[in-house]
Amino acid sequence: MKPAAFAYHTPSNIAEAVKILASGVDARVLSGGQSLMPMMNFRFVLPDALIDVNGIAEMSGIAVKGDRIEIGAATRQRELEFSDVIRTHIPLMREAIPNIGHRQTRNRGTIGGSHVHADPAAELPLCSVTLDAELTAQSVRGTRIIAMKDFALGYMMTALQPDEMLTKISLPIWPKGHGYGFTEFTRRRGDFAIVASSILVHMNGGKIGRVAIALGGMGQGPTRVRQAEALLTGKAPTNELIREAATIAGKTEATVDIHATNEYRQHLAKLLTAKTLLKAIARAEGKPDV
Amino acid sequence: MSETRQITVTVNGTAHTAEVEPRTTLADFLRHQLELTGTHLGCEHGVCGACTILFDGYSTRACLMLAVQTDGHAITTVEGLAGKDGTLAPIQAAFQKHHGLQCGFCTPGMLMTLTELLRDQPNATEEEVRDVLSGNLCRCTGYSGIVDAAMEVLAQQRGKGA
Ligand code: FES
Ligand code: FES
Repeated sequence: MKPAAFAYHTPSNIAEAVKILASGVDARVLSGGQSLMPMMNFRFVLPDALIDVNGIAEMSGIAVKGDRIEIGAATRQRELEFSDVIRTHIPLMREAIPNIGHRQTRNRGTIGGSHVHADPAAELPLCSVTLDAELTAQSVRGTRIIAMKDFALGYMMTALQPDEMLTKISLPIWPKGHGYGFTEFTRRRGDFAIVASSILVHMNGGKIGRVAIALGGMGQGPTRVRQAEALLTGKAPTNELIREAATIAGKTEATVDIHATNEYRQHLAKLLTAKTLLKAIARAEGKPDV
Repeated sequence: MSETRQITVTVNGTAHTAEVEPRTTLADFLRHQLELTGTHLGCEHGVCGACTILFDGYSTRACLMLAVQTDGHAITTVEGLAGKDGTLAPIQAAFQKHHGLQCGFCTPGMLMTLTELLRDQPNATEEEVRDVLSGNLCRCTGYSGIVDAAMEVLAQQRGKGA
């Protein structure tokens, strides 16, 4: 239960960090360490070098840029949890964050870390999928923007190349007054979700103008339920319609593991989608939370 | 042994300069190099909370940090809670009074988590106390005594403030 030896680097900027990544050594980026450190303690991961990005100021911070929020990859979950900018502009994320681990891990864990670790049940990547986030990857070869839908490739697998580092997450701001909801099912507080539901709704003249429905914990990575979104868009939200959308969500492909069967996950997906959708719509209609 | 690095870290108000291997976790550094064995290790992978310390004032898993990362920072461990003369901090005294510990293995972590809560959430409800404590596992007490202790100190603090 102790990490094996590694060379330890503390670059002071992104350029220095990606230079080490490009050098060909088997290096890992150490950010909050709340996933990497356990894996190193278990020796599931044995990097030759660690690149500690905690001292890179340009990788941390939350900024409003026009109609988007830009978040440095090394920004801590705690900072997001207590950020006025996040609460005001991305209330979905504010609602999701208390579900991530515990206070003691959020104090250290970062938004970039949870994206790169890519646990299929992780909350922040699920928010990013719901919001159609754009991720900035940097390497000595340059900078590229990756759409979130192309980033999470599968179980703990991302589109990052070995010489690339995630440096920024950019999230579009939804119209003021939009509805949102994030709910998940866990057996114990702070566990990874068995299934998590993340929804955004914008109402337009009594009808659903725009909607994003996403599920986490189902299998390979967070996924959108496009068919349910298409069903709801342009219609007045009746109970019948919500039930139909939830039924579609319950047909999303799901995996079996020690925590749950695929049928159980699909059952949860249906229930949570209905519940979260009701909450998001009520908020979009300006009704108090139930 | 691989290369070492020199760090200077303030632990419970005292600055320590030490040579550490990069792979040494903060918990092992505290326990083996500084001989502060109050910080316990249960799982060594971030689940149990026994190793919780305050890093620059914020509760953190000492098993998930490297000692090298603390260079220039301040750590508080359970040894830093009582007064120099051994007078227990209010939360420690309340644990004693409410039987908030049995074997005591989880206690240092519990106390550090609650030290942060008492400072940052003076109006915490029982639900909020339980939420924060979800990051610390206890195999003995059933948590009730721990929650009672926290609620009592919160009420004492508010009494003083008013
Ligand atoms: S020993 Fe650190 S959380 Fe269990
Ligand atoms: S008192 Fe024994 S684990 Fe908590």
